[in-house]
Amino acid sequence: MSVLELVNVSKHFGAIQAVSEVSFSLEAGEVVGLMGDNGAGKSTLVKMIAGNFRPSHGAMYMEGRELIMHRPVEARQHGIEIVHQDLALCDNLTAAANVFLGRELRRGLGPFRILDYASMYKRAGQIFAELKSETRPRDLVKKMSGGQRQAVAIARTRLSDAKIVLMDEPTAAISVRQVAEVLNLIRRLRDQGITVVLISHRMPDVFDVADRVIVMRRGRKVADKKIAASSPEEVTGLITGAIEQV
Amino acid sequence: MAVTLEQTIERKERSWISTVLSSQTFWVLIAVLLACLFLTLATDAFATSRNLYNITRNVTFVAIVALGMTVVIISGGIDLSVGSVLCLCSMVLAVTMHAGYGIEIGIAAAIGTALIVGAFNGVLIAYVGMPPFVVTLGMLSIARSLAMVASNNTVVFQFGPDHDKLLALGGGAWLFGIANPVLYMIVLALLTGFMLRWTRFGRHIFAIGGNEHAATLTGVPVKPIKVAVYMISALSAGIAGIIQTGWLGAVTTNIGSGMELQVIAASVIGGANLVGGVGTAIGALIGAALIEIIRNSLGLLGINAFWQGCFIGGAILVAVLFDRVRNFRQND
Repeated sequence: MSVLELVNVSKHFGAIQAVSEVSFSLEAGEVVGLMGDNGAGKSTLVKMIAGNFRPSHGAMYMEGRELIMHRPVEARQHGIEIVHQDLALCDNLTAAANVFLGRELRRGLGPFRILDYASMYKRAGQIFAELKSETRPRDLVKKMSGGQRQAVAIARTRLSDAKIVLMDEPTAAISVRQVAEVLNLIRRLRDQGITVVLISHRMPDVFDVADRVIVMRRGRKVADKKIAASSPEEVTGLITGAIEQV
Repeated sequence: MAVTLEQTIERKERSWISTVLSSQTFWVLIAVLLACLFLTLATDAFATSRNLYNITRNVTFVAIVALGMTVVIISGGIDLSVGSVLCLCSMVLAVTMHAGYGIEIGIAAAIGTALIVGAFNGVLIAYVGMPPFVVTLGMLSIARSLAMVASNNTVVFQFGPDHDKLLALGGGAWLFGIANPVLYMIVLALLTGFMLRWTRFGRHIFAIGGNEHAATLTGVPVKPIKVAVYMISALSAGIAGIIQTGWLGAVTTNIGSGMELQVIAASVIGGANLVGGVGTAIGALIGAALIEIIRNSLGLLGINAFWQGCFIGGAILVAVLFDRVRNFRQND
């Protein structure tokens, strides 16, 4: 059974048709590259999966059950985590504080519950070790490299039992060496059976790490095929419209 | 010897000593202590119990309000209305008690007023999206005007049946001869410090000041917290107003005018960053102490009081400059 299945999902804003009749399914432990030019409908699609928008038509199914969300917080409850493009980090806080932001661990009783620093440092350290990232939980995010910042943002998705991680342009603004680091982080997630949706403009990254690529153009899905059966040239053609559909 | 990933992750970057040494608050504290030492040696009048009693008591009003201000500044905001809110709350207390009500009702009315004003500021800032500077600038004008309306711009110095209780509350010294306002200040500072460091609410205030957008995306209830922050600030002004009324034994509509600038100065000297995301409760106290010692020392050293502004302004600039210099060094 698919982790997530979209059936004829459409979204329009007034007269503007942002996404039309898109269907696909995501399996456990696969990395899917979602590609398309600006305005192709990638963000709208992702925002529907993330609970920001509700589809105008069509339905989404999570492990066979219909998925209806009213607020982004609900996506998290269903096991869908998002790594935002700007990473949503607070520079003035430590790595551990950022990982647990909004989900702080506390100890004590009732109204006298206080932050449990020791447990948060410990758990954050474990997650960084799992991700094989040299990131220290007590360090301020302000002083971190792009790769470490990505690790902090990705570590958040490991707090709960996430099934799907949506990553919005994780490699857009970092150095070449850090890109490799981030792609490795994505592989770690996949190895743990998590489905990763990688929204990216960067062809090499998608071909490096993804198992499958979905291409959007003008709100429609124009391709959905195994990376092994495709080529960067073909995907470029699909994105620009030189190739109509495959 | 090979260093494993786990060891790297476990390593602490800095010891607590280097953390203390690199904090602006610590160096301002050193400045305060050096100033005290100098004044003790240079003048006969400084280290007398009378003068120290006066200094500690004078510090408290600015310091208590600076605690609330620091919380607002950490959240990335500013509250210009505190001086006027202090005046309004003092006046509500005075007028209520003058009308024959007991001290409990007077204090409840003053605290209630503070919370309403704070909630009003907070809702306009958090939910309507108006800039904090503008909202609280408006409230600076409104609150003082309401105080004038409430009292018909007269001086209130008779507080009804509980007159003596109120004066004892603000002017007494119940514990080891320490002025009562100082005790309140210490208790409030401990509460504020605890809230900032050990509660989820406190953590979220820092997060909002650091990156409000990120806080929203990670599910932090940003808007209610911002409202609460302005309520805390107004509450601190209200509490300071109640204590100051008891200490002075009279309320005029001039009380607390221009205080907002001293309070912001105390917070900033104590290490709060107006950009948001940085600040401590102890810093607010130390900042307020430095300002009061500057004022006190100028008098004792026989320097013309008109120079006071220069010295306090200079202290603000030096404290923040110091912070900048340290950051330059760290970035290299």
